[in-house]
Amino acid sequence: MYTQALDNEGKPLPAAVGEGQERAARFQARIDAEEKIEPKDWMPEAYRQTLIRQISQHAHSEIVGMLPEGNWITRAPTLKRKAVLIAKVQDEGGHGMYLYSAAETLGIERDEMFRQLLSGAAKYSSIFNYPTLTWADIGAIGWLVDGAAIMNQIPICRCSYGPYARAMVRICKEESFHQRQGFEIMLTLARGSGEQRAMAQDALDRWWWPAIMMFGPSDADSKHTAQSMRWKIKRFSNDELRQKFVDITVPQAQFLGLSIPDPQLRWDEGTQHFFIGPIDWREFHAVLKGNGPCNRERLEARRAAYEEGQWVREAAAAHAAKERDRASQVA
Amino acid sequence: MSNDWPLFEVFIRSRSGLEHKHVGSLHAADARMAIEHARDVYTRRLEGVSMWVVRSADIVASDPGEAEALFEPARDKVYRHPTFYAIPEEVKNL
Repeated sequence: MYTQALDNEGKPLPAAVGEGQERAARFQARIDAEEKIEPKDWMPEAYRQTLIRQISQHAHSEIVGMLPEGNWITRAPTLKRKAVLIAKVQDEGGHGMYLYSAAETLGIERDEMFRQLLSGAAKYSSIFNYPTLTWADIGAIGWLVDGAAIMNQIPICRCSYGPYARAMVRICKEESFHQRQGFEIMLTLARGSGEQRAMAQDALDRWWWPAIMMFGPSDADSKHTAQSMRWKIKRFSNDELRQKFVDITVPQAQFLGLSIPDPQLRWDEGTQHFFIGPIDWREFHAVLKGNGPCNRERLEARRAAYEEGQWVREAAAAHAAKERDRASQVA
Repeated sequence: MSNDWPLFEVFIRSRSGLEHKHVGSLHAADARMAIEHARDVYTRRLEGVSMWVVRSADIVASDPGEAEALFEPARDKVYRHPTFYAIPEEVKNL
């Protein structure tokens, strides 16, 4: 699952000059011709750094995203739901692995990416800093968070950087099960007892705005969108994708008989779109800065996992070294 | 971690009778672990019936800068394709 415009983080890099300028022009021509850029091809340093930042933070989001859902594995209401949730969380781990591999082709070590995540230097999608309080949250996450993620990720399947685009094709194929299982949980609750319906409504109330914010700042405040679009890393603006998400999701909520927590939400006959009320960007920036409900808890969980796994990594490396020694003695 | 665990490239045969195809890469302490990880990372949905793993450092790749020198000479050799030869309509099975 993705993540709000992570391209919005960090400072813009200086444009190329002189001979670099000419190469950059040839590079842009390749992009304009819809050619894919591969790891060993020449690329502007700013393109490389933008991709490293975006792909690694996308990978971190998948990994941290395992935590809020993992929280419910032992408490899933049935064996079927538990098996499904384990499969989904395992997929998120797999998605993180595809993306770390893609980022490594740009010349960054995996170690370095882990270090950036664990030190708090790298961002991950702020949606995962919200808690999963009830089972209905697992439904709302699949339906809304994975739904928003798919909307964000499908255009990246056509990203100009080959390894990122290929990783995204795999991820998108797997992601649609995530969204459908989430909607099915919501549907089951919506058709259940009054208490279950209230649970579903409560989850929608808490997840709706964070999901809307997953598309990132509005276009007017989005610093790097124009460059990312020229490089075809990004194909649609944040607001375009957000609008698409709203347009398909509102009728789904209506089908569930749940109400969207936005008193200003209205259908506009002229444009054939749903218009939403104003977004509280103060909350978005507070969570991104580290002051969301679970920021500290998430990083602590990742650090603990890394530290507690240290002996396993060392033992595996020692075993591999011993096997190599044995093999060389025989030879 | 990657300092100790080398990078492996993973190739998967999706069905019997087809060739192995590159699907991605991963880190592992040794080849056996690479196979075990590749199973979990790349075949969660019956994507394969056989896997190869190769240490990335052992792969020798052509230089993109030499792509023209390597591949350009084939461009003007259209006579290597059957469509180059004009055969009268009435001649069958050719």
